[in-house]
Amino acid sequence: MSVSSEEGDARVIPISAAPSFEQPEPEPLAKLLSFLRRRVSGDYEVDEFGYDAELTDKIFLELVRPLYNHWFRVETVQLKNVPEEGGALVVANHSGTLPVDALMLQVAMHDDVGRPLRLLGADLVYQLPLLSHVARKTGHTLACREDADRLLRKGELVGVFPEGFKGVGKPFTERYKLQRFGRGGFVASAIRAGVPILPTAIVGAEEIYPKIGDLKFLARTLGVPYLPITPFFPLLGPLGLVPLPSKWMIEFGEPIRTDEFEPSAADDPMLVFNLTDHVREVIQQLLNELRLRRGHAFPPFL
Amino acid sequence: MTHTVLVTGVSRHIGARVASVLAADPDISRVIGVDTVPPPSLTRDGGISLGRTEFVRVDLRSPDIAQVIAAADIDTVVHMSLVSAPSRSGGRAAMKEHNVIGTMQLLGACQRSAIVRRVVVRSTTAVYGSSPRDPAVFTEDLEPHDGPSHGYAKDAVEVEGYVRGFARRRPDVTVSLLRFANFMGPGVDSPLTRYFTQPVLPTVFGFDPRLQFVHEDDAVEVLRRMATEDHPGTYNVAGAGVLLLSQCARRAGRVSLPLPSPAFKLLGNSARRIGLVEYSPEQLRLMSHGRAVDTSRLEAELGWKPKFTTGAAYDDFLRSRGLHPFGGVPS
Repeated sequence: MSVSSEEGDARVIPISAAPSFEQPEPEPLAKLLSFLRRRVSGDYEVDEFGYDAELTDKIFLELVRPLYNHWFRVETVQLKNVPEEGGALVVANHSGTLPVDALMLQVAMHDDVGRPLRLLGADLVYQLPLLSHVARKTGHTLACREDADRLLRKGELVGVFPEGFKGVGKPFTERYKLQRFGRGGFVASAIRAGVPILPTAIVGAEEIYPKIGDLKFLARTLGVPYLPITPFFPLLGPLGLVPLPSKWMIEFGEPIRTDEFEPSAADDPMLVFNLTDHVREVIQQLLNELRLRRGHAFPPFL
Repeated sequence: MTHTVLVTGVSRHIGARVASVLAADPDISRVIGVDTVPPPSLTRDGGISLGRTEFVRVDLRSPDIAQVIAAADIDTVVHMSLVSAPSRSGGRAAMKEHNVIGTMQLLGACQRSAIVRRVVVRSTTAVYGSSPRDPAVFTEDLEPHDGPSHGYAKDAVEVEGYVRGFARRRPDVTVSLLRFANFMGPGVDSPLTRYFTQPVLPTVFGFDPRLQFVHEDDAVEVLRRMATEDHPGTYNVAGAGVLLLSQCARRAGRVSLPLPSPAFKLLGNSARRIGLVEYSPEQLRLMSHGRAVDTSRLEAELGWKPKFTTGAAYDDFLRSRGLHPFGGVPS
């Protein structure tokens, strides 16, 4: 927090005179009680997508943060490329068998940038009990044109993983190779809203559950896109669900501007395809460099 | 210019309120209210006073309505008699007939009339259905993935189809189609308000739907404006913001009972059979996936915003029923 001086009469105000420093902080216990009272009586706000900012900040992120700080030791690079305000579309690679990278990206945006990240997820997420309401409460919504446009128009920081299941469920042998980028719907949304695209590389998620096989038949019966075999799952049962503690890095590339296009350019398939390819190449480039920079995935052990 | 307004569905709360507001308007010379049963205010049950509204008992499914329209030189029709739940005596078939055939008869009569200038039809946001594959917020132009296939919502979809057909055939008539979120307020008695006054609220395990309400005062105001001014088109009507079902339960100081969806369905069906609640498969979907709509088109058209947000409308309803959160005091 900074004390800004009024232009014109530049009177020096001693920092101790600034009222915010004088006000005693409310007791932690009183704060906790008022938080509990608000939660129990339903006296809190959620936005039209179902995002419960208070629950996300006070409970959900607190639970995920130890994983971010201590387990994966996530490091963020080139934070200056993330716009401090206004709509932007964060486009990242997707990997790790389970979408842990989405959680980590959300913590990174919240803690290091101070902005909530609104991810666009597959419709499978919104069909499943528990997952669907946790996803909505933590600020995410369905990957569809209407929701993306609406969030970007509201000036939110929206995140997408254009590879989708193809990316998160790819075998370990294909790690750090970007898969096909869907139909480029995300580029069209960015053009319509005139917001920058922020290419983002996440290194580290590939090693958390190395997928060496797929129980395709069982996956089909259960109605999920894949059911992975990793070196520890299902061999060790639930213990095999503990992610391996790889070292993570997240880099934000130079924003790619879209405001020089007319909004109607979103309906020009050639332009959208070309821009999609461009974004994909930039992310692949970032990934290759960042992977070299990170070095080994498990530094203390190997 | 003098107006003669026909209001259908005046025997129910919102219909009666709209009729009485229109009857109080000096620019309107006559208000004729029709319904299949007499309004409570005429049967000494109390209820909203209809003012100088003339009541005519007409079964909308019969062609009698055409005679009413022709005889009274009606120029504005406010069609509100969409029934949201089957009556205990008639059942689903009678409800469908009332909603769909009733609207067809009414619109047929309007099409014949050379005097009708304005038609306002009450519909519902339920026409959007409720699905995990649809956007979080519906605008009027959006085509839902899984439209409703049952009950009230399906009736509303069919009614809207006939209304659009009518608007095409009579382009000289101003047709306003209003998709209302669930009504909420002290006077509202709907399956949803009865649900929230139960001591225990069965919910679908693992889901926390977004719900949206419109306060009865705002609904009446929107219908009044639509009936007295020209606002052609389709509009969503809802209070700003959303409430989660869990939030509604907490504000009402009610315990929620999460049931896996098959059990919820079973409970709903058996409760319906013994006549406790009106339950339809649509409700299971609403209770799982919720629904929210965008109201910016209405606000731009009227230059007016609903006075009550979804939360304020719900709180007003709770106050009127003396419900309050755990440990809270009724305000």
